[in-house]
Amino acid sequence: MFGILALGVFITFRCLDFPDLTVDGSYPLGAAVFAVMMYHGFGAGWGMVAAFLAGALAGAFTGFLHTFSRIPALLSGILTMTCLYSINLRIMGRPNISLSENLGHRTIFIILRDHFPGVPETYLRLAFLLVLILGIKLLLDFFLQTEIGLSIRATGNNPTLVESQGINPDSMKLIGVSVSNALVAFAGAMFAQHQGFVDVNMGIGMVVSGLASVIVGEVLMRGKTIFVMTLQVIAGSVVYRLATAVALNWGYNIGFKPYDLKLFTGLIVIIILSYPVLQEKLSRRVKVR
Amino acid sequence: MLQLENVNKYFFRYTQDEQWAVRNLNLRILEGQFVTVVGSNGAGKTTLLNLISGNYAPDSGKITINGEDVTNLPAYRRASYIGRVFQNTFQGTAPSLTIEENLALAYLKGKRKGFRPAINEEMRKFFQEKLADVGLGLEKRLRERVGLLSGGQRQALALVMATFGHPKILLLDEHTANLDPKTGEKIMELTNKLIYDSNLTALMVTHNLQDALKFGDRTLMMDEGEVVLDLAGEERKKMTIEELLERFSELRHKKFTEDRALLSS
Repeated sequence: MFGILALGVFITFRCLDFPDLTVDGSYPLGAAVFAVMMYHGFGAGWGMVAAFLAGALAGAFTGFLHTFSRIPALLSGILTMTCLYSINLRIMGRPNISLSENLGHRTIFIILRDHFPGVPETYLRLAFLLVLILGIKLLLDFFLQTEIGLSIRATGNNPTLVESQGINPDSMKLIGVSVSNALVAFAGAMFAQHQGFVDVNMGIGMVVSGLASVIVGEVLMRGKTIFVMTLQVIAGSVVYRLATAVALNWGYNIGFKPYDLKLFTGLIVIIILSYPVLQEKLSRRVKVR
Repeated sequence: MLQLENVNKYFFRYTQDEQWAVRNLNLRILEGQFVTVVGSNGAGKTTLLNLISGNYAPDSGKITINGEDVTNLPAYRRASYIGRVFQNTFQGTAPSLTIEENLALAYLKGKRKGFRPAINEEMRKFFQEKLADVGLGLEKRLRERVGLLSGGQRQALALVMATFGHPKILLLDEHTANLDPKTGEKIMELTNKLIYDSNLTALMVTHNLQDALKFGDRTLMMDEGEVVLDLAGEERKKMTIEELLERFSELRHKKFTEDRALLSS
């Protein structure tokens, strides 16, 4: 689930070089749209499709702000994210919605459980998510190597070149940010089903944890082909989640609370990002001596 | 044929810092011509290229390529007419992408992009042939990232990319300036070969007066946004660097100030 989110963040931050903060809004958007679809009697499949499309729309809006109105990328994302907070509340009608089975909501996990009665639910969920994330990874790999995908990656790398090759960099940014947020919203819908409820505040800090996964992945594995890069992101998100789970358990004994988690996530990103600079500064100091 | 009629370009117009970068420029470049452009810093050479490529829109005047008015087309809409190599060796290629991905971008120029795989075997073969012509061994390194290549190799790749699909005009913006002299010479020879082999129309800005006279068949000298000297034919053949500098100071009542030009002559 967080792997899907991280793949979305990967598209904007790494492929497109577009620091997109829409994610904090599009993640709960996906969950909200999914929940409301369920309440209106649509199946889980339709709910996830709708979440995906809603995310794409949110991304397109950020892309539009940036390319048409020339608002800086960071601010465009923040604006969309802020607007989405109200929109999400409008969609949901209240700050949180339960997707409990007792209310008759058959999420994808419930459907799966009924399909494979003998299998323990934890394993079932794990296996399903694993297949899902690998499927999405392979699809994304393919997408990034199509003509459009290549143009998107080139736009993040060298916009001048892209323009001189007859590609409109603005359209590529728009497509890239849309795909990214579609994935994020889809991740939001999955998470809503996993935990069985939707909360309007569930998106806070999602950009940073997505980015943390991407960065941790890059530290874990070397390689620059698309196949390896998306694998890095997934591995990064798994390790990052494990690390936070361990930190929460262990931290509990020495007085940390679950609400310290975002602080730790932020610190992890800061440390990894500062590391190369620190290293250089230190080695320079040694040379001077 | 490329034609510029009464083209003007200002920077910071209506402010204290207003600069009239290109002044009432009239220029006609015939098909197959290889034109070199020299001029001191700030003469408007690069501005001229940016006007042709569409990165700048002129304040007035008209630009046509083969009779089609492109004056107000944005750069990406006229890219299929134009190939361009920049001075900065990182600008003409995408460093994080592989050699074949870069070539594919150029190969797909002007075509509609869809959800087909960007590269296929047929294209790979074509790329290998093109790179083999350059003679740098790049044809065996298609899957390497361009960022790992040397400046000269990147520039050679950018040249090959710029000449894909026979552009109506090839714009070269001091594309050997950031290379060491020996590599620069090699790239210059490659440029010459590519232009003559495919009979391209080219406009090359250079700071090297020797190159300006040695290569191509027409030389423009620019100063303060104007073309002050337009040499071709016999007159150009007999021209030496000293004479060129003399003509300049006669015409403009000042010395040709381009430190790099003097050093390299």
